[in-house]
Amino acid sequence: MRSVYVAGIGITSFGRLEYPLAEIAAYPAMMAMKDAGLTEVEQVYVANMGSGRINHQTGLASAVVDTLSLTPAGAEVIENGPASGASALKQGMLAVGSGMYDVVLVTGAERMREVNNLDATDFIATLTHPLSEYVYGVTLPAHAAMFTRLYMAKYGVTERHLAMVAVKNQNQAMTNAFAHLQQRITIEGILDSPEAMTNNPYVAEPLRFFDCCPVSDGGACLILVSEDAMAGVDRPWVRLAGVGQATDTHAVAERTDPTELTAVRLAAERSFAMAGCGPADVDVAELHDAFTILEIAESEEAGFFGKGEGHLALEQGETCHGGSLPINVSGGLKGRGHPVGATGIAQAHEIVTQLRHEAGARQVDDAAIGFTCNFGGFGNNVVCLTFIKER
Amino acid sequence: MAVDLEKTLRPIDADLPPYPAKWVTLASGDEMVIRQVGRDDVSTLLAHVEPLIHVERDYYDIVAARVYAELLAYHVHRVQDEYVLVAQIDGELAAVVNGRQVKPGLGMSLHTLALRRGLRIGAHAFAAKMEYHIDILGHDEVLVVAESPIGFRRWMIEYQLEERFDTPHELGGVPSYALTRELFERARRKLVVGRRPVPTELLAKAQEAILPPTDPPTAPADLLAATRARYDTTGTAVMMQRRIQEQGVHDA
Repeated sequence: MRSVYVAGIGITSFGRLEYPLAEIAAYPAMMAMKDAGLTEVEQVYVANMGSGRINHQTGLASAVVDTLSLTPAGAEVIENGPASGASALKQGMLAVGSGMYDVVLVTGAERMREVNNLDATDFIATLTHPLSEYVYGVTLPAHAAMFTRLYMAKYGVTERHLAMVAVKNQNQAMTNAFAHLQQRITIEGILDSPEAMTNNPYVAEPLRFFDCCPVSDGGACLILVSEDAMAGVDRPWVRLAGVGQATDTHAVAERTDPTELTAVRLAAERSFAMAGCGPADVDVAELHDAFTILEIAESEEAGFFGKGEGHLALEQGETCHGGSLPINVSGGLKGRGHPVGATGIAQAHEIVTQLRHEAGARQVDDAAIGFTCNFGGFGNNVVCLTFIKER
Repeated sequence: MAVDLEKTLRPIDADLPPYPAKWVTLASGDEMVIRQVGRDDVSTLLAHVEPLIHVERDYYDIVAARVYAELLAYHVHRVQDEYVLVAQIDGELAAVVNGRQVKPGLGMSLHTLALRRGLRIGAHAFAAKMEYHIDILGHDEVLVVAESPIGFRRWMIEYQLEERFDTPHELGGVPSYALTRELFERARRKLVVGRRPVPTELLAKAQEAILPPTDPPTAPADLLAATRARYDTTGTAVMMQRRIQEQGVHDA
């Protein structure tokens, strides 16, 4: 397979956006084209999960390619739940790597705040097993809460550890102008003060309000190109070096040990194997912290820390900005926001920004290898990406 | 003559007991003081509320306009038995809440206006208002309505308010909901928080000046889209209205 490079990147502000979904997808694409200095694209992939259901719009790729005046480029929507973004990047990599195209634009967008929070939660819950989960009222917060309970019992993770992740990521988001949450929080305010239980009530015990990511609108884009095309681009050379994907049982109850996120482990291993590096080589990572517990668990399954030791690394400050492995310096899903279809691309956007050394106040020193984990379903379809800065 | 007419126009307020100030630690770690203000503070409040009349988002426009009118009415004695509480963070105005006593035993919640978003600032201020009605004024019931979905979620759903649909609310004559003493007691531990007395320095800072909010809600970038989200989650109503305007026919 040919080498695949990131020529351009773009992103919208995350939060509540008041323009149409196709424009949420197109705006970061225009930024990415400007960033790369490219005006022609052969193929467009649009990552999106819910346009048909929550925005009453199908055929989104056709709308986006036309909005961008990129016709007659090929265009498809890639839907893989909350992992749609990284899945679309995988397709982009295959398209360029195979030699079929030289310039592929991968944009992701979601406009979730078109509906209220209850409808948004229900929409996400449609990815659960229809007969053994959804029909009984299982939602993603409920899944994550049950997972957290087991994790606490097995590994000694406490609510304080979860709050530490929430504070770390939400406060880190304040260094990211594109992030949804621009509100500082403290352990005192969400855990220790007499008012903490009201400020930070249980959503699905033991998960509290600040353990959950916000519902966001947003878009992000990467332009992937061949080595030949990259030669004409005046931007740092960041290579999409590894893609790993793995699936697990649709129903969580069918897993031998529900605390094992096997798909994360396998996807990470495959991504690292393809890139020719390992977890110890990674300088900065963006993990799918839709719920705070997931950052801890994924940091273990990806091989950064031993199983059951992620919360200990957190205690030591290893995952903070300035630590041995900064995780979610963008704010993560928790702070930057989680427009589901765009999230995987937003994670990649952050890593490329870091590897280009253009992240400003949140820049990780000497970042050369970056990693993302985009977690679909409740761990039943996971895509991991590894990026390497070449020059 | 003019003085005599003013006597007729001006209602005679009951001697309502004051709301004792309290303080709350927010999720941000900021300490927010909630206290009662009087007529002398109204002109300052009006200056901070007025800009929100132009924010056509989340019903800020109508709520701010009505709060402005209620504050003005309070200031010039054209409303009976109204009170105003403010929430302040480092002196900055974070929320304004108001209401009035209809008669002994019955309160009427008027508005809750959060000038800083997030952190349950509006919810804490609303809880203080209910605390004033039930605990301090001794009301058995407070009539409540919501003008926004956010308000409906915070008041009707979180407190599980009872329907009093046969009683029109003073805000628009719409059917009322009621917070009863029993509902308040049920919510007290979970939703009604805060500490007293307020530390001297903290209270002094709040009383020194009511400063404008540094990060108030702002107008939406795209008014059409904001309007669409406000009235119709699918946008079909707006599209239909446009078609009617353009074609002059109702083809639905």
